[in-house]
Amino acid sequence: MSVDRRELIRTGGKLLVLTTVAARAVEHVMAGTVDAIQRELEAEHWWAMAIDIDKCIGCGGCVRACKTENDVPLEPFYFRTWVERYRVPAVDEEHPHVDSPNGGYDGFPAASQADSEAKSFFVPKLCNHCAHSPCVQVCPVGATFESPDGVVLVDKTYCLGCRYCVQACPYGCRFIDPRTHTVDKCTLCYHRISRGLTTACCEVCPTGARALGDLKDPDDPIHEFLRTNMVHVLKPQMATGAKVYYADLDGSVR
Amino acid sequence: MPQPLKDARHLVRMAGLFLVAGVGFLVLRSALIPAGFGELGHYRSGALDDNARVEPRFAGRGACAECHDLAPEELAGGAHAAIGCEACHGPLAGHAADPDTEVPPALDTRSLCATCHAAEPAKPGWFPQVVAAEHAGDDACDECHVPHQPGV
Amino acid sequence: MDSLLAQVDGFMYPNEIELQWSVLIVLYPYITGLVAGAFILASLERVFNVEAVKPTYRLALLTALAFLLVAPLPLQLHLGHPERSFEMYLTPKTDSAMAMFGFVYLWYLMGVLVVEIWLDYRKDIVLKARSSTGPVRLFYRALALGSDDIGPRALEIDDRVGRFVTIVGIPSAFLLHGYVGFIFGSVKANPWWSTPLMPVVFLFSAIVSGIALVMLVYMTVSWLRGRTVDMTCLDTIARYLFYAFLIDFSLEVLDLIHRMYEADESFKSLDFMVKTRYATAGVLTLIGIFAMRWNVVIGGQLFSKSFLGYTVYKMGFATREGMLPAILLMILPFAILWLLIRVLPPWLGEGDRGVVETAEG
Repeated sequence: MSVDRRELIRTGGKLLVLTTVAARAVEHVMAGTVDAIQRELEAEHWWAMAIDIDKCIGCGGCVRACKTENDVPLEPFYFRTWVERYRVPAVDEEHPHVDSPNGGYDGFPAASQADSEAKSFFVPKLCNHCAHSPCVQVCPVGATFESPDGVVLVDKTYCLGCRYCVQACPYGCRFIDPRTHTVDKCTLCYHRISRGLTTACCEVCPTGARALGDLKDPDDPIHEFLRTNMVHVLKPQMATGAKVYYADLDGSVR
Repeated sequence: MPQPLKDARHLVRMAGLFLVAGVGFLVLRSALIPAGFGELGHYRSGALDDNARVEPRFAGRGACAECHDLAPEELAGGAHAAIGCEACHGPLAGHAADPDTEVPPALDTRSLCATCHAAEPAKPGWFPQVVAAEHAGDDACDECHVPHQPGV
Repeated sequence: MDSLLAQVDGFMYPNEIELQWSVLIVLYPYITGLVAGAFILASLERVFNVEAVKPTYRLALLTALAFLLVAPLPLQLHLGHPERSFEMYLTPKTDSAMAMFGFVYLWYLMGVLVVEIWLDYRKDIVLKARSSTGPVRLFYRALALGSDDIGPRALEIDDRVGRFVTIVGIPSAFLLHGYVGFIFGSVKANPWWSTPLMPVVFLFSAIVSGIALVMLVYMTVSWLRGRTVDMTCLDTIARYLFYAFLIDFSLEVLDLIHRMYEADESFKSLDFMVKTRYATAGVLTLIGIFAMRWNVVIGGQLFSKSFLGYTVYKMGFATREGMLPAILLMILPFAILWLLIRVLPPWLGEGDRGVVETAEG
C-alpha cells in the first residue's frame, strides 16, 4: 500500500512538473498580447466618422479622392470607400433597389424619373473601424489590428493573404490588393490624421456629408452631431462596435 | 514493476525526438518573431508607423491658404465657402511642395459643375440641381456663374 | 474582369464581386474530413473491438496519413503569401478561429497518426531491418529509431501505448475536423455559414466520406493484389457508413428546415441556394460530401452580405486556383498512399500484432 502511495506521489509529481512546463511553453507561444484596453485609454484620440445622409449628393468625389490618396487599384472591385444609391419603393421597405456603378467613382447616371413613388438617397460606405472588429478577431497572425486610437489597420509586411478577414467583415470593406496579394482597406487616412489633416474623403466632400471626428476631443463637432441627430450604425445586430455614425439612415440600408 | 523503462527504450527515444523538436521550435520562434511585436497589442508596433509614413497627395485647405490669400476672401460667405479647394482643383500636394513646376490643371466648368449639380432624384431636395441642356444649352457654367462665389 | 460584373444579379458590395475562397478551400475541409473519417474507422477496430473491420485497420491509418500530408497544400497554394504561413506558429492569435489550425494539425499529424502508425508497425519495421541489407536496412533501422527490441514485453507496452494514443486520437480527429467546421460556423457576418451545427455537420460528413474512401481503397487494393475481398468486413463498414450517413443527412435536413422556417432577413437571398442544396445533398458517396463542402464554401460567398444580390463562381482550369491544381491535389494523396504502402505494407505479418489484450489483468 505504502509502495503504491509512493508510486502515486511520484507519478503525481511528474505530472505536475510536466503540466507546469507545458503551461509555460503555451504561455510563451501565446505571448505578445499586452493590455490593449489600457493603451486605448492612454491614447490621445479615439477616431470615428460622422455621415449625414441628407447632405450626400452622390458626386463620388470621396471615392476618387480615396483612390488617388491611397493608391487603390482602379478596377471596379477594389474600394476603400464607395457610394451606394438606394431607391426604396414606398410600400416595400424590405426590397430596395441598390446600385453602385464603379463604386460611384464616376458619379451616378441619372435614374429615370419614372419611379417617383420610390424614395431615393445615397449612402457613402467605408470601414466602420469597429471597436469589436470581427476582422481583427479572425486574423490568425495579428496582421490586422486596432490601433490605440481606434483605427483598424493592416500590417502589409505580415499579412498572409488568407482572406479570412474579408469573409468576416459584415460590411464588405476589405479586398485583396492584386499587386501585393495582401489585404487592403480604409485606414481612415492614418497618414493624414496623424499629421493633423482630415481624411482625403472628408477633405474633398463638397457638402460636408462626411466628417472625421475625435470622440476624445470634447470640442469636436462630432459630439454635437451625435447629440442633435437620430443616429444609426450599419448592421447593429452584428454588435461590432462600429464607429461610423449615420444621421437619417433609412431602415432599408444594409 | 522491475525496470519499467527497460523494454520501452524506443518510446523514450521517440519522446526525446519530440522534446528536441519542441525545444527547437521554441528557440526558433524566439529568434523569428519580428521586433516590436506585442508592444502595443497583438501586432507589430512598427506597422503603425508604416501606415502613418505614407505621403499625402491632397495637401488640405490649410496648405492652400498659406499662399493664396485671395481665395478665402472670394469664398467668404458664398455657397461654396466651406468646400475644400481640392474638391474641384484636384490633389495638389505636389503643387504645395513645389508651386512653380507643379501647376494645377485648368478646369472645364461644364463637366466639373455637373459632377455635383446634374439633376438626380436621389440627391437631397435642398441641393441646387439642373439638367444642363435645359438650363444652359451649350454654354459653359462660368459664363453666368462665378465658381468661387456662385449665385446669379 | 468585366464578365464578373455581368454575373451579378441584384446588388453586391463592390468588394464582394470577386470571390475570395476558391475550389482549393473546398478541397481543404474535404480532405481533412477524409482524414478524420478514415481514422475513426481505424479506431473502430482498435478501441471498440469491431473485429470485422480489422482487414482495413492499417490501410485506414495509412490513408489518413497520406491525406493529412496533403491537407495543408491547398491552403498554401491559396495564400497570397505562402512563405509567411509559418507566422501562424510564431504569433498565433488566441481569439482567431484559424490561428490554432497549425497546432491542431501538427498535434494530429505527429502526436496521433505518426505515433500510432509507428507503434503498430514497429515489429514489422524491426523485422524488415533484420532481414534486409545495405541502405534499405539503414532506412528501416532509422525508422525503428535504432531499437531492436521486439520482445513480448516491449510489444505489450507498444500495444497499450498504441491503444491509449488511439483513444486520445478519437477526440483529436473530432477536434481536427469539428474545428474546420468552426472556422466557417463562427463567421457571424455570413448567415450561410454561421450556425453552431456547422462543426457537427462537418464531422459526420467527414465520417461518411472517410469510411467510404477507405472502403474504396480496400476494394481497389484487394483487387490489385488479386485477393478476395473480406465480405464480412465490407458489410460491417457499409453498415457504419449507412449509420453515419443517416445522422449526417438528418443534420443537413435539420439545418435546412430551420433556415426555411425561421426565414430571417438573409433567407430571401439564400433561397436560391437552398434549392441547389437539395439537389446535391441527397447524393450518397464521396461526390455527395464534396458537393456539400462546395455548397458551404463557395455557396457562402455567392450572395452579398447586403442580402440584395448574388453572383456565380466560374472556376479556372489551369490557373493557380483552378480545376487542374485541385485535381492534382486530389491525386497526390493517392500517390503518397501508394508510396506508404510500398514502405509499410499493411499486410506485413498479417494476423499477428504481437501480444494482444491477453496481458491485461
